[in-house]
Amino acid sequence: MMSAFTAILLRDLKLALRTGGDWLTLALFFVMVGIVVPFAIGPDRELLSRLAPGIVWIAAFLSVLLGLDRLFRADHEDGTLLLLRLSDLPLAGVVLAKLIAHWLLTALPLLAATPLLAVMLSMDPPAFLRAVVSLLVGTPGLVALGTVGAAVTVTIRRGGLIAPVLILPLAIPLLIFGVGAITTGPGPDQSGTALLLLAAISLIAVAVTPFAAALAITSAED
Amino acid sequence: MNVENTSKQSWWTRIAHPGQFVAWSRRLLVPLWIATAALFVLGLWLAFFASPEDYQMGDTVRIMYVHVPTAWLSQFVYGVMSVSAIGTLVWRHPMADVSMKAAAPLGATFTALALYTGALWGRPTWGTFWEWDGRMTSTLVLLLIYFGIVALWRAFDDQLRAARIVAVFTLVGAVNIPIIKFSVDWWATLHQPASVFRLDGPTMPGSILTPLFVMVFAFTALFLTLHLIGMHTEVRRRRVMSLERRLAQRGAA
Amino acid sequence: MTLRQGFDPLILTATGLACRRGERVLAEGLEFTVPSGGILLLKGANGAGKTTLLMTLLGALRPASGRFAFEGVDTESAFIHFLGHRNAVKPHLTLAENLAFWASVNGGGGLSSPAALEAVGLGPVAGLDAGYLSAGQTRRLALARLLVTPRPVWLLDEPTAALDTQGEAMVAALIDAHLTAGGLAVAATHLPLPLRSARVGELRLDP
Repeated sequence: MMSAFTAILLRDLKLALRTGGDWLTLALFFVMVGIVVPFAIGPDRELLSRLAPGIVWIAAFLSVLLGLDRLFRADHEDGTLLLLRLSDLPLAGVVLAKLIAHWLLTALPLLAATPLLAVMLSMDPPAFLRAVVSLLVGTPGLVALGTVGAAVTVTIRRGGLIAPVLILPLAIPLLIFGVGAITTGPGPDQSGTALLLLAAISLIAVAVTPFAAALAITSAED
Repeated sequence: MNVENTSKQSWWTRIAHPGQFVAWSRRLLVPLWIATAALFVLGLWLAFFASPEDYQMGDTVRIMYVHVPTAWLSQFVYGVMSVSAIGTLVWRHPMADVSMKAAAPLGATFTALALYTGALWGRPTWGTFWEWDGRMTSTLVLLLIYFGIVALWRAFDDQLRAARIVAVFTLVGAVNIPIIKFSVDWWATLHQPASVFRLDGPTMPGSILTPLFVMVFAFTALFLTLHLIGMHTEVRRRRVMSLERRLAQRGAA
Repeated sequence: MTLRQGFDPLILTATGLACRRGERVLAEGLEFTVPSGGILLLKGANGAGKTTLLMTLLGALRPASGRFAFEGVDTESAFIHFLGHRNAVKPHLTLAENLAFWASVNGGGGLSSPAALEAVGLGPVAGLDAGYLSAGQTRRLALARLLVTPRPVWLLDEPTAALDTQGEAMVAALIDAHLTAGGLAVAATHLPLPLRSARVGELRLDP
């Protein structure tokens, strides 16, 4: 069963790296959102550094949502998803493997691109570190919610549009605590609490959503 | 789809069979309408004439008699949808599908009404239509979830297959709503420690509480009536669709 | 090519089975048994419900009424191979990689990847990206998936689709070998398969 799990994980990574492009495009998109903001609100360094946590998270939010559609669609359309249901690995396990692969392919490039944003949005080094930790802890939850959106819309022909709309409101807690884990003021420093809550929500999401997504996928065929 | 020849069935089958459901529940409509109208007449009379003005807010406090019931319904309807979703997933009950689908737009409407009346009330009280206060914000997020569910229903061609998928999403939302509420409250207190306005339920005098409760019942009755009508419409729509398909197939054969 | 050991005897029985797709009931009152070493051929016009019946047997669709059961097999672990009209082949992986993926997902134990590719006549192109294959070659690759993991039940939806005459003979030989090893199969097919096996049943579905 473990070999099936790793086989799916590795195959997804291999396919993404071989077809190239997509994950790089997402990282590029992430950076571009961050770069566009100063044009919208002006190059005031102080203002930018105050808004930076929010900007970083919104950019991450949008990039993850943008990549959602790839998660199950190809496997559904070429029949692979149906065959994976005939293997010994429970479908929730299949979803978890794909979730992890998707996180590695979308969130890791974002994390790698964060220093670039930090410099341009004039974040100080501690804030930058908090941003990396916050993204590291929060993005698994974001991707996990995304799997539900992708699973629910997998049989809809133009589901790519509707999945982000479904998932966005559900992901608001992640956004709140994700930004909260970076921001320290004004008022008492709540970033530690926020990080813990972020971790809790992220963990719950990763633990629960594979089952929900698996149920949605089996229902889609029936 | 036959209404006849099923006299010896249990109540469960009678509820489960869409045609039968329409047949027996149609008789409930008139009493429901009468109850709704009576409750509204009583509630509105109490709200307008038999309850005092607020010593601070004046007459605008009467918006509360619409705002609080719609806000209650925004959550109650989601509860109805979640229970129906369990019915769909666990028992594959066809009427649960229909109930879920009919409730979604109603829930969205009541939630929008709650936000609208909240904004109307906010203008004289807070001096602004929109305040990012915890309660209002979580209601707004709830409205977005309702919109998502309605959009999801509309995205599917095959409504029977849609039901189970929408049910999964509805339940994921139901698990998420308390988390959203908690996080939004945390966020609101972080940014504005002083609470703007709080409705202290138990300390309200009876002269306000009584009309409020009557109005809550009136709106709930209104929802139940509209929900039942929506379910009937949905059953009929499905029957029309399946008849059309059968006709098309006969044409092809 | 029959290197695999035999399967335990099993039997597929259906009583009063009705299949549905969405709200449409497509095939009703189906009664059949398929023993080890037997194959049931599903015949019928397009839209008669052949694919739906296969999807029901593999557990993706719930029967509208009636029941079916595989007896003599441990239903806790996977025992069904399905060859649908979608080939589940990734164009960006080589043939060998495609097969290796299914071998590790389904647990191998049958032919090795090179041997399976050889058996379906794709041996020389094992290192090629599957995207370069023709429709018929892709079908052969999908068939090779059934050979790398032995499973007693084969559900085949138009197994000879896109294949040439030689390919049809190959499919028939593969099925014969599977039946000889004690497996069973249900296949939807328009064309007569040149099967040697004696236990061939036929089920005609009417729309």
